Amino acid sequence: MRHLLSTADLAREDAIRILDIAEDMVAVGTREVKKLPALRGRTVVNLFFEDSTRTRISFEAAAKRLSADVINFSAKGSSVSKGESLKDTAQTLKAIGADGVVIRHGSSGAPARLAAAGWIDAPVVNAGDGTHEHPTQALLDAFTLRNHWSAVRGVASTGSDLAGMRVAIVGDILHSRVARSNLWLLRTLGAEVTMVAPPTLLPVGSGSWPCTISYDLDATLAGGIDAVMMLRIQGERQHASFFPSAREYSRRWGFDDARLAALDTQPGRETVILHPGPMNRGLEISSAAADSPRSTVLDQVSNGVAVRMAVLYLLLSADPQRPGAL
Amino acid sequence: MSTTTYLIRGAALAGGAATDLLLDGGTIVATGTAASTHAAAATAEVIDATGLIALPGMVDLHTHLREPGREDAETVETGTQAAARGGFTAVHAMANSTPVADTAGVVEQVHNLGQRSGWVDVRPVGAVTVGLAGTQLSELGAMADSRARVRVFSDDGMCVWDPVLMRRALEYVKAFDGVIAQHAQEPRLTEGAQMNEGEVSAVLGLAGWPAVAEESIIARDVLLAQHVGSRLHVCHVSTAGSVEIIRWAKSLGIDVTAEATPHHLLLTDELVRSYDPVYKVNPPLRREADVLALRAGLADGTIDVIGTDHAPHPSEAKDCEWAQAAMGMTGLETALSVVQHTMVDTGLIGWDDVARITSATPAVIGRLEDQGRPLAAGEPANLILVDPSARWTVRPEQMATKGRNSPFAGMELPGSVRATFFRGHPTVLDGALNTPLAYTGAAS
Amino acid sequence: METFGATQGSGPTGPASVRTVLSEADISRVLTRIAHEIIEANKGTRDLVLLGIPSRGFPLAQRLAERIARAEPGTDPAAITGQLDITMYRDDLRHSTTRTPAPTRLPAGGIDGKVVVLVDDVLYSGRTIRAALDALSDLGRPRIVRLAVLVDRGHRELPIRADHVGKNLPTAASEKVRVRVGEIDSENGVPVNDVVIVGQP
Repeated sequence: MRHLLSTADLAREDAIRILDIAEDMVAVGTREVKKLPALRGRTVVNLFFEDSTRTRISFEAAAKRLSADVINFSAKGSSVSKGESLKDTAQTLKAIGADGVVIRHGSSGAPARLAAAGWIDAPVVNAGDGTHEHPTQALLDAFTLRNHWSAVRGVASTGSDLAGMRVAIVGDILHSRVARSNLWLLRTLGAEVTMVAPPTLLPVGSGSWPCTISYDLDATLAGGIDAVMMLRIQGERQHASFFPSAREYSRRWGFDDARLAALDTQPGRETVILHPGPMNRGLEISSAAADSPRSTVLDQVSNGVAVRMAVLYLLLSADPQRPGAL
Repeated sequence: MSTTTYLIRGAALAGGAATDLLLDGGTIVATGTAASTHAAAATAEVIDATGLIALPGMVDLHTHLREPGREDAETVETGTQAAARGGFTAVHAMANSTPVADTAGVVEQVHNLGQRSGWVDVRPVGAVTVGLAGTQLSELGAMADSRARVRVFSDDGMCVWDPVLMRRALEYVKAFDGVIAQHAQEPRLTEGAQMNEGEVSAVLGLAGWPAVAEESIIARDVLLAQHVGSRLHVCHVSTAGSVEIIRWAKSLGIDVTAEATPHHLLLTDELVRSYDPVYKVNPPLRREADVLALRAGLADGTIDVIGTDHAPHPSEAKDCEWAQAAMGMTGLETALSVVQHTMVDTGLIGWDDVARITSATPAVIGRLEDQGRPLAAGEPANLILVDPSARWTVRPEQMATKGRNSPFAGMELPGSVRATFFRGHPTVLDGALNTPLAYTGAAS
Repeated sequence: METFGATQGSGPTGPASVRTVLSEADISRVLTRIAHEIIEANKGTRDLVLLGIPSRGFPLAQRLAERIARAEPGTDPAAITGQLDITMYRDDLRHSTTRTPAPTRLPAGGIDGKVVVLVDDVLYSGRTIRAALDALSDLGRPRIVRLAVLVDRGHRELPIRADHVGKNLPTAASEKVRVRVGEIDSENGVPVNDVVIVGQP
């Protein structure tokens, strides 16, 4: 595999390899010289057709810590917004000499097209495509969960997986690339997954997914959950009748103060709360929950750089003519 | 009309016994032993058809020729060349050109372009509503009365969604024995739809096109056709549920006919996992169960005809992201091979059935008197010679159509059209394009 | 590190000749001598840090630290031993398939102002040590950096030499030097310690 397009086709050993290397990368982030020379002379292009400052900065920091040159290519204000095709953009990047492309795109499958269409031969990293996948987000979530789960079990995190961990993913599953990438990766790493959502926000066909589907957040939490992953909900969804109102959504599927308090009544479980950000405080997650010691939101952000360093290193450091390690 | 006489030796008529056919003056003048003893046989050019099957020239009810307006995608000339190579002697040109074929002027233009090209009969389809906008009926009668003699009306690409408008259209075309060919797609249920809604779309994160959006319109339309006593044709049926509804409607005696495309008989939404837009089509590729239901429906007569929905696009319309790509696939030059592969070689139907679903029935639905006729003395010499034992690999760049968007590219398919006779003239010989029928400026 | 990847068996022209140049007992004696040399050069164990280069340099560093602690009571071998991964600093990263880095672990006292002894199994071109010096300078500023190797086989490509050498081994470039240490290498489940030269006939 030369690209990182999806977690669905990521083998367990590759996933664990990425997480293990990311642990070394976390250590680099704590040094005085936060830089490694591994990608010196390589050019990474951040090709962002959608605005996402958080993800772009994370990838940029990751590439720069590996000494790569970074070119940020944003669709806004560029020729892309004037109708230039993905193909022409890709060929331009090829001519510039891009050694790797990190692409964020509003259309599901655009990174897969970029990787397969023959317009450019550089490795492609999917930084989020439409409502398809966001594999590095899932990897950083898994990294955060593994740190927690190995500590709970008292084992070394390196080389370990998430076997036996119970994870709930809550919210707009239908439109969430984070939910899809997390489901495949969490399953690969041995976790049990429950998807909690209003029935309108679960895709038709999700019944065959390797997870439990629930419409009831309280029942799911009462059943014993080690990690709750809250997804961002867009308020506009109510206008398309996915739910009647933001308030009703929040009451039934938001992680509010009462649900936070309920976690404390469950002895023996140290449930953590994840959110990929940016958060809608008061809608899918209360401020108390977001700021509680159970929240891993800031860990996720800092882990994101380390995980992306690991991915960029694995895809870009070797001879491009030889099969990559991933 | 052809000026050369052809004696075809040893062709199996619709897969039956081998016989000879003598073509002269655009007509089959004799068959069997009478063919070689006929006076005209002495000067005839002899074509050895040993091992070949003779079928009536195929009739497509559903072709996008793109002209006028999108000559970069296809012209009447290239589209009808592709039709001839695929074994067709008549095609119905869909109305979604630019301008839309919603007036007598446009349909006569397309009809005239077809006559001048001389590769097949081009029968324009008239738009049901002005500009395919779904709000106001086109001048259906004017198109029917024009030199193009339009009998099939369709907003294909768009659904005639307004139930009142659909009812009126069904009623109105009775005045000239027309038929409404419906593109069944409930628009609200398919806003932004990219592919079949199901397990694959759930994984790929592509907006779903649910089967119910097709089935609900078909159910409504067959009831409307029953209510007003009209003739309805359903374009490109794609789901098992649709087959079931049509089967039920026919059991009630409702005057409905249905079409299936070759691609829906072979391909499934699993192919979309590649995100290669060559597999993007409307209605979308469905599940394996739908493919099998369509084949069963064709075999038991629930589905009446093969329609190619040949939809060529310039490469830039497919060389892009999935969501930005145009919908549609080429199909004229692969249709017969896919039908053989999915229906004949599987034992579901015989070659006589192939003649029925690709020629006789579509000609009846389109009211083409001199197409889809039996291969018998006195009948028009519209026929093809097919080598059922040939195998070939689909190479879009070698096709006559301008479109390179064949979903079958790289696949090995059975069956090859060796010759196509259009009113006695070989438009295709030895599997390659020959010459068009000379334009006389008269015949319709 | 240079021997890594050189253990891929015989050459293309037939069965290779294999001769043992250091036995398990030889290795043990050599390490004891190097341990004493290090103490002598450092005049004790003050500020001493041993950093092994993965993979076989690290267990060798651990063994040296144990011997040093035996000779200098009061020294905690674990507290003066660490591992320095140089994967990200290699100059041949893009000439091979992707290499998996190993963790870098420094003793709690860090390396600033310390006397760092880099420990590796074989000194060959010198490129690994060049990478190690770069890696070291990103981690801190040692007072002195020294190099200890089990085997020096020559063929240097950079101006680098070892301070402590277990055995100087004249070799042909076509030969491969294979070091096996029991912490990593085993045969039929039994740990093996030896150094062999695999020659191309």
